[in-house]
Amino acid sequence: MEHYTMNLNLKVWRQKNSASKGEFKLYRVENISSEMSFLEMFDVLNEQLIRDGEDPVTFDHDCREGICGACSMYINGKPHGPWQANTTCQLHMRAFKDGDTVVVEPWRANAFPVIKDLMVDRTAFDRIIQAGGYISVNTGNAVDGNALPIEKDKADASFAAAMCIGCGACVAACKNSSAMLFLSAKVSHLALLPQGAPERKSRVMNMVAQMDKEGFGSCTNTGACEATCPKEISISNIARLNQEYLMAGLTAE
Amino acid sequence: MTWKQIFTSSVGKKLVMGFTGIFLILFLIVHAGLNACIWANDGGEMFLHAAHFMGANWVPRILEIGLFAGFILHIIQGYLLTVENRKKRSVGYAVSYSDGSKWYSRSMGLLGTLILLFLIMHMSHFWFPNRSNQGFLLGPEINLYEKMQTEFSVLWVVILYVIGCISLAYHLAHGFQSAFKTLGVHNKKYNKMLTSIGYGFSIIVPLVFAMMPISFYFKWI
Repeated sequence: MEHYTMNLNLKVWRQKNSASKGEFKLYRVENISSEMSFLEMFDVLNEQLIRDGEDPVTFDHDCREGICGACSMYINGKPHGPWQANTTCQLHMRAFKDGDTVVVEPWRANAFPVIKDLMVDRTAFDRIIQAGGYISVNTGNAVDGNALPIEKDKADASFAAAMCIGCGACVAACKNSSAMLFLSAKVSHLALLPQGAPERKSRVMNMVAQMDKEGFGSCTNTGACEATCPKEISISNIARLNQEYLMAGLTAE
Repeated sequence: MTWKQIFTSSVGKKLVMGFTGIFLILFLIVHAGLNACIWANDGGEMFLHAAHFMGANWVPRILEIGLFAGFILHIIQGYLLTVENRKKRSVGYAVSYSDGSKWYSRSMGLLGTLILLFLIMHMSHFWFPNRSNQGFLLGPEINLYEKMQTEFSVLWVVILYVIGCISLAYHLAHGFQSAFKTLGVHNKKYNKMLTSIGYGFSIIVPLVFAMMPISFYFKWI
């Protein structure tokens, strides 16, 4: 695609801290290259704000390669912007035209309180993982690669679930602010492997309990999470989680 | 983990919605099947036989209590969930995300409310007059076929019934397949099958119901 430059109007959510009430501020950025990433465009905006003696916009970012799950902007009514299977850092400005107005909001969920501007506190996800998203039984030393027979399909499905980067786009997209796609990916990737089997009941019970404690909503299978997930985590993982939960509930002590 | 903990968790509450939803889907089949007797073209004779069995026999009357329990659980739990879920996002978005999901999957509370309003009207047309005539036990019933003829001779009643059926159709279009997913069906082949059956069911069953007042209004029967 041919390179072009553009001028954009940005409508960005500004909020001092979690206690204050935020508001939208309008900014204009000029000569933005179509080859820039969305975050680089924000870097340009922030340089401009610093030059003007204003407070730069705070936003989360880390690897800028689409694999860490740190970036988290809700752009023009969709988490991570208009492209499919994509993170904000990998969204490029060729997705926009000269003269466009771009509305940028933080993830909105009470379980993800705004820290400042576009940065939200996603430690609720860490606490859900701490509640059981790991294997604590002793699995011994590293065994020979093929010592443990695992069906290829299951290994693939487990790997697909493990692709979840925990960015929280599922929560941001869900009308109920439900974290079920995230949780189901974490439960599924262990439930599909033999190493996860010994703790499967306590894992799903404890992780769901923690999710509820963090204040996420419940799943109504609308599919918005799957549609926006940068890693294309399948919503069928949620049904698997439901099955894990039902079986654990019926058979646990 | 106690039963209370299981069924009051976010997943457990949805399990209640799924179980009661499927139970009510089964009721719809029975209701549509029995009422289809009006099309026997015998002046309501076959329909009245069926209605008499349902209204004046202890077995269906006891099952009716279970049906009410299913309705009440589904309605109350549905409202509680809708309110609870709304509270999870105090500050809303300026631009809402609507491309990722179907409008009716996001509007189950609204569609459910329309169905509830329809149900109140529907029961005040048939269930309450009939049961009060029976003294709420097994007393003499009213002629429900004639009652249908009178009620469905009024155009606005017919229109309200059709609106009720359309609400039911969209509620089922999401609810049918969602219920099975909530109960843990995740195999691709079952999900595909249940999605197709769900769409078929959500068109056919409400259409059958809608045709009843229409058939009476246009005097096809």
